[in-house]
Amino acid sequence: MLPSDFWGRIVFILEEYGSSFLRGIGTTMLIAVVSTAIGCIIGFAVGIVQTIPCDKEENPVKWGLLSVIKFILTAYVEIFRGTPMMVQAMFIYYGTAMVFNINMGMWTAAFFIVSINTGAYMAETVRGGILSIDPGQTEGAMAIGMNHFQTMINVILPQALRNIMPQIGNNLIINIKDTSVLSVIGVMELFYTTKGIAGAYYTYFEAFSIAMVFYFIMTFICSRILRVLESRMDGPDNYELVQTDALVLGEGMHRYNPKDKNVSTNGDYRAQRAGNFNENQREGM
Amino acid sequence: MDNNIIKVSHLQKFFGKNQVLKDVDFNVNEGDVTTIIGASGSGKSTLLRCINLLEKPSGGEILFHGKPITGKGFDPCSYRAKVGMCFQSFNLFNNMTVIENCMVGPVKVLKRPKAEAEEKALFYLKKVGMDPYIKAKPRQLSGGQKQRVAIARALAMEPEVLLFDEPTSALDPQMVGEVLSVMRQLAKEGLTMIIVTHEMAFARDVSTHVVYMADGVICEEGSPEKIFEHPENERTAEFLKRFNER
Ligand SMILES: Nc1ncnc2c1ncn2[C@@H]1O[C@H](COP(=O)(O)OP(=O)(O)OP(=O)(O)O)[C@@H](O)[C@H]1O
Ligand SMILES: [Mg+2]
Repeated sequence: MLPSDFWGRIVFILEEYGSSFLRGIGTTMLIAVVSTAIGCIIGFAVGIVQTIPCDKEENPVKWGLLSVIKFILTAYVEIFRGTPMMVQAMFIYYGTAMVFNINMGMWTAAFFIVSINTGAYMAETVRGGILSIDPGQTEGAMAIGMNHFQTMINVILPQALRNIMPQIGNNLIINIKDTSVLSVIGVMELFYTTKGIAGAYYTYFEAFSIAMVFYFIMTFICSRILRVLESRMDGPDNYELVQTDALVLGEGMHRYNPKDKNVSTNGDYRAQRAGNFNENQREGM
Repeated sequence: MDNNIIKVSHLQKFFGKNQVLKDVDFNVNEGDVTTIIGASGSGKSTLLRCINLLEKPSGGEILFHGKPITGKGFDPCSYRAKVGMCFQSFNLFNNMTVIENCMVGPVKVLKRPKAEAEEKALFYLKKVGMDPYIKAKPRQLSGGQKQRVAIARALAMEPEVLLFDEPTSALDPQMVGEVLSVMRQLAKEGLTMIIVTHEMAFARDVSTHVVYMADGVICEEGSPEKIFEHPENERTAEFLKRFNER
């Protein structure tokens, strides 16, 4: 029978329903992690499109096309940010099933709803992240001949990604908690599981104490993992000075310019170019 | 033999209604070290940025080996790969180490093999004395070191012309020297350069050609002896006098 003290009941519930809790946790984490990842991809795609530079006079067709796309994307962002996810869940899962006869299945609906919401929030974050990068970075990239695409991939996005890592972490934590609204469409995540368990023996206090602890552990572990990821991205705080003479590559110098015997700090710039590109004829001047 | 690289003619630039460049003409031949001097706001940076197409000229023409750089079918990216630029604020890529900064251009833009790009990057880093720092990130370097890496990054593209916009203005006095000596060396080796600077002694020593700008026009140009010893234009004389008094 059900023990009469608090801790006794906790132990009882854990023994009886431990595996249900674990399945609930698994479902919650699966939806939260996968949807955050998909949401980030959506967010980056939207954020990147929103920041494509285009000159109206230079390229009117491209400009017109971009304006239409940007309008649609802005509408997406505003609508999904501006309505509750629980309402969206009901609307998309039951609403579309009734009117359009689309039956997308509970799991598809769950991933879809959380991803598309995260995407809406991330789009703004990514856009801000891109705009916050010093324009000097773009100019530096352009000055060595990179086009817009190369500049984004090699210079801007890696820095923007690093800067918005805390926001990605925020979204993951919010998603871990907010998957609980998916109970309205019947997804057996941690909240829905707990509600069922609590109802069975009428142990709301105990069951939800356990759920609180589990939610906290999940979010706490995730935020720590993200911190570690962030410092990985930053690289080491110190750098080693490299003795070039000890470098294997040091020998490559002579291969690189076999004509010049004293390849050192004084190597002649023009001789370098001449040696490499056969521009000897220019030397004659 | 025609060794003209860049020919600027009747260049104009408006920012809105504000005309910053009014009919600028000048030429750069191979091996020239042209310094551009002039008061703040006279349009020196704007001129360099137009040459590099970081700003779109509003009028006139810039010819690169005789081809108009704003013309149809002229690819600005491959043009910029041949005309390097060093900025006052360095603009090193913060997400990359020193060696990666110098390799990314050759690898991604010029499509050189990685090993070759690395060798060249090392060569040019050695030239500017930054080879021990290849593993450092820009945030871990001093201003002078950053600027020297920025020069190596530009050299690694093996440009035909290198533009400098006040490369030492953001530096402490003791770091100015290390950057200028690198640039002196490049000048001696015959690299074609256009340098905007407020370092008059340096301009006088290294240039083959000096351009004095004021209010968006070139007031006077000529050899360093002519400009610094016998300026013909009153404004040039006035400008240099103010400088010497400092
Ligand atoms: N992006 C811009 N938009 C509007 N006006 C600008 C812009 N860039 C420069 N200007 C204006 O153009 C004029 C010339 O600027 P420029 O930067 O070319 O001067 P400079 O000769 O390089 O001066 P300094 O020695 O201070 O660097 C200035 O009056 C400046 O206010
Ligand atoms: Mg300037």
